[in-house]
Amino acid sequence: MAEHTLYNNVWNLHKVAQLATGADQLLIGLHLVHEVTSPQAFAALKEQGKSIKFPNRTYATMDHIIPTDVIARPYQDPQAELMGATLEKNANEFGIQFFGRQSGKQGIVHVLGPELGLTQPGMTIACGDSHTSTHGAFGALAFGIGTTEVHHVMQTQTLSLIPLKVRRVEVNGSLETGVYAKDVILKIIEKLGVKGGIGFVYEYAGSVFESMSMEERMTVCNMSIEGGARIGYINPDDTTFEYVSGREFAPKGQAFDKALSYWKSIQSRPDAEYDDIVTFDASDIEPMVTWGINPGQGVGISEQLPDPAQFSGADRRTLEEAFDYMSLQPGQSMAGVPIDVAFIGSCTNSRISDLREVAHVLDGRRVSESVKTLVVPGSQQVKSQAEAEGLDKIFTAAGAEWREPGCSMCLAMNPDKLIGNQVCASSSNRNFMGRQGSATGRTLLMSPAMVAAAAVKGHVTDVRQLLEGY
Amino acid sequence: MADKITHISGHAVPIEGDEIDTDRIMPARFLKEITFDKMGEYLFYDARFDSDGNPLEFPLNEDRFKDASIMVVHNNFGCGSSREHAPQAIKRYGFNAIIGESFAEIFLGNCRSLGVPAVMMLRPEINALMEELDSNPSLDVSLDLEAMTVSYSDKVVPIALSDQNRSAFLEGTWNSLAMLQANDEAINTTASNLGYFSNFE
Repeated sequence: MAEHTLYNNVWNLHKVAQLATGADQLLIGLHLVHEVTSPQAFAALKEQGKSIKFPNRTYATMDHIIPTDVIARPYQDPQAELMGATLEKNANEFGIQFFGRQSGKQGIVHVLGPELGLTQPGMTIACGDSHTSTHGAFGALAFGIGTTEVHHVMQTQTLSLIPLKVRRVEVNGSLETGVYAKDVILKIIEKLGVKGGIGFVYEYAGSVFESMSMEERMTVCNMSIEGGARIGYINPDDTTFEYVSGREFAPKGQAFDKALSYWKSIQSRPDAEYDDIVTFDASDIEPMVTWGINPGQGVGISEQLPDPAQFSGADRRTLEEAFDYMSLQPGQSMAGVPIDVAFIGSCTNSRISDLREVAHVLDGRRVSESVKTLVVPGSQQVKSQAEAEGLDKIFTAAGAEWREPGCSMCLAMNPDKLIGNQVCASSSNRNFMGRQGSATGRTLLMSPAMVAAAAVKGHVTDVRQLLEGY
Repeated sequence: MADKITHISGHAVPIEGDEIDTDRIMPARFLKEITFDKMGEYLFYDARFDSDGNPLEFPLNEDRFKDASIMVVHNNFGCGSSREHAPQAIKRYGFNAIIGESFAEIFLGNCRSLGVPAVMMLRPEINALMEELDSNPSLDVSLDLEAMTVSYSDKVVPIALSDQNRSAFLEGTWNSLAMLQANDEAINTTASNLGYFSNFE
């Protein structure tokens, strides 16, 4: 088993006890709560007359169901209104801080935590959302949990967990222009498979991750779960410390110095041992596009789609099912595949740097008339920043819609949905059947810049051609 | 203490395919309710019904499998979202156990919390069981967590489950709340040893 990795260091510091079942009882340092996976947990607390053990380690916001167009209350969807009102009421009753729209800080929970400085290195972070792995970008152990577990964290601040193995995923070299963090994680998932990470924590290491910004690291860690790994992390370094410093909930002054020494103490040691190590060469990574119905079914923009005939058994059937659902042909390229909708947003890619990349592509261009294009910022703070930089003007001038923050069309629990069998170029994280709100809708995952390029051309295209001014 | 779960028997339904994700088990539009009460009705909704509500060809729609209480699945079942609505729906629809080649981790934990064992069996054995069910849907299938086997016809097939989860079912601690609560003092000590619980002040 792995030893002296950040995973081991943080796990050991948070281990409360070994339970009678043999599982570990782990203390949770930050609990993030949203409207969809919490009401039943709050109800269970009420039923038993219990309170939240550490209300000051628990923060709530609204993101999944919140509309991004008409935001006046009550919401047009009565179920959304009830869900929102229930969370507000619960947060108030249980004494936890709630970041609603009135706060000016509302946003997707995995955008909000980092930007407020709630997310810090060396923490354990849980949330009733599988993309909680995002916060691993800071060198935290962050993972998604179910609603029963949300209740357990509320009442005891702990969880029963089974220890994991650690796989070091190294990507060395440097990325070419037009190749983004999203392409790196899509490549990793394509190679290691959507179930390759089951039982593992992924530690991302190597020069590519070292030179990434925090926002790029968040994109990578966010999609760990798509590769089957419940947790993915990057060891904290100066980039991390500089990002956290000065944020609202970050320690200040002397407290920051103490924090810094803690954050450095939990890094993986040079003599750390891993259960597995895999390495990639950055020069092998080009812009990626998914073509199928799970995030591992991706190809480089210059590559051809696989031929099921060259596979057998279950692999063949899985490929055939994907081709059938997507109406694509073996051997074809993704370049040139027409799209109906372009979605830029989600906890994977809705931060300011993502929007800047999109603006860079859209500046002075128009999106195709046949493409409905949505740009949905990850939080109110991201929205304000984008507007201060004039990005919103670039988006609307290009013919895209500039929306209010929320999960939007990533999972379509809100009015933003595909219709019929529309094809959507999407900067989100899942291309599952029906994911974007239509049982026959089709999703192509790619980087935000690639989505913008597809929106302009009306079909999937290599963004590098637009960047180079062809 | 919750009920101890040692043996589960009943009829079974095969649901073929790898990478069946939680969006397919429970489409997101059904998560808009603040209780789990009706989740059973929405299980595999878009696989069971077309957009006009007409039944599609799907094992759960077949009369011959209608009293099944054990689900038999393939690889990486329950991948994707952490939504407990998915295993809640499986349980509320009437399933007491799932036998599969492998399960996504969050889904597996959610099943354990609800007292629904999700146990692993090798793929050839899964396929053999699925074939048998296809020709004999009223087959009696019996899951034994003490012996770690699944039995049907004259077959006894080994299964796998983590020691921790097996123990949780056998001891009736699959909802871990009581165990966690019992260590309240140790929780406070662990928290007080972590500087960030007091913002390093």
